[in-house]
Amino acid sequence: MTGGQAPAGRPRVVIVDDHGLFRSGVRSELGSHVDVIGEADDVAPAITLIGGTEPDVVLLDVHLPGGGGQLVITAIRAAHPQVRFLALSASDAPEDVIAVIRAGARGYVTKTISGPDLVDAIRRVAAGDSVFSPMLAGFVLDAFAASAAPDRPALDPELDQLTPREREVLRLIARGYTYKEIARELYISSKTVETHVSSVLRKLQLSTRHQLTRWATERRLA
Amino acid sequence: MSRTGSGHIRIAAPARGRDDGSMWERTTSAPPTPEPEAGYRWPERRRGLSRWARGPRTSGPLRRQPASGLAGGVAAGAAARTGLDVTLVRAVFVVTAVFSGFGAAAYVLAWLLVPAAGQDASIGAKAFTDRRGLTLTAGVCSLIIVLLLIASAVGAPWLTTVSWPLVITAGALVLIWRNAPAEERAVLQRLADPLLGIAGGSSRRRIVARVLIAAVLLIVGLSVLLSGHHDFAAARQLGGLALVIAAILLVLGPWWLRIARDLVVERQARIRAEERADIAARVHDSVLQTLALIQRRASDPQQVVQLARAQERELRSWLFDGRAPGSLDGPGMTLAAGIRLIQQEVEAQHGVPVEAITVGDCDLDEDLAALLAAAREATVNAAKWSGAATVSLFAEAEPAEVAVYVRDRGKGFDPAAVPGDRKGLTESVHARMARRGGSAVVRSAPGEGTEVSLRMPRDATQRQPGRA
Repeated sequence: MTGGQAPAGRPRVVIVDDHGLFRSGVRSELGSHVDVIGEADDVAPAITLIGGTEPDVVLLDVHLPGGGGQLVITAIRAAHPQVRFLALSASDAPEDVIAVIRAGARGYVTKTISGPDLVDAIRRVAAGDSVFSPMLAGFVLDAFAASAAPDRPALDPELDQLTPREREVLRLIARGYTYKEIARELYISSKTVETHVSSVLRKLQLSTRHQLTRWATERRLA
Repeated sequence: MSRTGSGHIRIAAPARGRDDGSMWERTTSAPPTPEPEAGYRWPERRRGLSRWARGPRTSGPLRRQPASGLAGGVAAGAAARTGLDVTLVRAVFVVTAVFSGFGAAAYVLAWLLVPAAGQDASIGAKAFTDRRGLTLTAGVCSLIIVLLLIASAVGAPWLTTVSWPLVITAGALVLIWRNAPAEERAVLQRLADPLLGIAGGSSRRRIVARVLIAAVLLIVGLSVLLSGHHDFAAARQLGGLALVIAAILLVLGPWWLRIARDLVVERQARIRAEERADIAARVHDSVLQTLALIQRRASDPQQVVQLARAQERELRSWLFDGRAPGSLDGPGMTLAAGIRLIQQEVEAQHGVPVEAITVGDCDLDEDLAALLAAAREATVNAAKWSGAATVSLFAEAEPAEVAVYVRDRGKGFDPAAVPGDRKGLTESVHARMARRGGSAVVRSAPGEGTEVSLRMPRDATQRQPGRA
C-alpha cells in the first residue's frame, strides 16, 4: 500500500508480550538485525510506550492480560498511522487472528517461527508489505469461501470476494510456498504476489460483513 | 529323449514364465526365433525342428496346463500332447463322465497325479505327505461307499454304475483341494461356488432351492424304494436296512465325527492365528512404536506425557469403540479431523512439526479415506526422509474435488532418477489414488524439497456438513 516508506537501516521494534521469557527469547533471536527499542507486557503500558517511541514495527501478542492485542492497535492507529503491527500468536485460534488483522495488523505469524524468518517478516512489515503465514492464508480462504456461500449474496463484491488469482496465491501460501516461489510458480513478479496479498489483507480489514468474524467463532465451535 | 525334448522347448520360448499354455501353442504353430544365448544348442534345435515338422504333436511327458484350461488344464495338456483338438478332448471327458462317471474320475486323477507344465512334482506327491488329508479322504470315501451300499441294497442299481468313479473322484478332489497351489484352488472354488452357495447360504431363495432339491430326492427315493415291493415285505426290508445302517454308523460314525471335529479345530486354529497376527501388527504399529519413542525421549517429561496420552486415547478407542489404531474412517470422521489426526500422529511419532491447514470440510467416504491414507504416507515419508524442519500439510475441500498437498523443504530428489526408498512412496501413493479414481503428482528436485499433490474427485451428491 504505502511501500515507499521503508526505513533505511535496522527497523525499530517494540515487543509486546506478557511473558518475560518469551520477550527476552525473541530479543536475543532478533539479535542485531533489528533495533529493539522497548518491551511492554500489557495493553496500557504498550499504548504508552508505542505512543512515546513511534517504532516502525510492533511485535504484538494476540493474547494480553488486559484484553486482546487488537485493543492496542485500535488505540494507536488513529494517532500514529505509520506504526505497523505484526501479530504473534501461539494459539492459532481463528477468531483471535481475524480480530487483530481486522483491527489493522499487517501480518500474522505463529510463535514457532524461526529467528531468520521472523527478522524477514519484520523487515517486510516495516517496508509496508504484509505477512501471511500459511495458517492465516488457510483461515482467509476458509472465511471467504464460507461467506461466499450461495445463500449469502455478497453485499459488496469488491470487498466480499476474492479474485481467482488471490485465491491461487493464498492457496500456495497455505501449501508452504514463499512469495518468491509463488512468483515462480505463477509466472509473476514477487511484487505482484505482494500486491495480491495486500489486496487480500485490505478486503479482510475492510469487508463490512460481520460473517468473517462470525465465521471464526463458528469454526471454533465446530 | 523326453527330457531333452522338454528342455529344448523351454529354451525355444523363453521368458514366458508360467504362461505355459501359450508356450506350447507357439512351439506347435511356428519354429521359434533363435536365441543368442542358446546358440550352442543349435544342433539339438535342428533335431527338434525335424520332429515338429511331422505334425502338431509335442514330445515330452504329459503336463497339465492350468493357465489355458477350464479346470485343471488336463484336457488342454492332453490335447497338446496328442495333437488333437482341445474341444474334442473335453467332449470325450464330459461324455464319459455323464455316462459312466469314468471321465470324471480319470480327469480328477490326472489333475492329482500329472504335474502342471513347468513343475516337477504333481499335487499327488504333496498330498501323500498330508496325513490329515489322507484321513479325510478315507473318511469321505468310506462314507460314499456306505451310502452306495445302502443304495444298492434298497434297489437303485443305476447308482452302482457310477459308484467307483464317484468314490475316486470325491477322494481325489479332497486331496487336490487340500494340496493344490493357491491359484488352482481358486479355480476349484470357483467351480464349486454354485453348489456351495445352495448348501451354505441362509437367504430365502437358497433355502427354497434346498427344500426343493430335498423334496425331489425324497420322492425319487421313496418311489424307487416302493416300486419293487408292493406288499408288506417292504417294511421288513426297511427294518433290516435300518439295522445295517445303525451297525455301520456304530462302527464308523465316531471316526467320521472325529474327522469332522478335527477339521473344525484346524479351521479355528487358523482363524486364531490370523487374528493374532493382526493384533500383533496393530500393536506393533501403535503401542510398541510409542513405547520405543518414550524410551528415546525419556528426558523430556512433557513429551512423554503427551505420547502416553495420545497412545492411551488410541488404545481406548480401539478396545472399546472398535476403531482400529490409525484408522481414518469411522463414524463422524471428517476431512479436517483426519488431517489433524495425521498431524498429531506424525508429530508424536517422528518429532517433526507438521503445519496442518484445512480449508472447508466434508464427511469422509471410502475414496476420501484412501486420499487421507495416501496423505499420511506422504507426510510420514517427508518427516522421515526429507530432513526438513517442518512439513506443510494443506487440504482443501471444494465442491468438485478434495485436494491435499504435502510439502517439505528438505533435501528432495530427482524424480527421473528415483532411488529405491522414495520410489516405494511414489508408486504406492500413485496406485492407491489411481484405484479410487484420484491422482497423485510428486514434484521434487535435489535441494528444493518435495511436494506431493493428491486429488480425489468428490461425489457431487455429497453435502457439506456443519456449514450454516
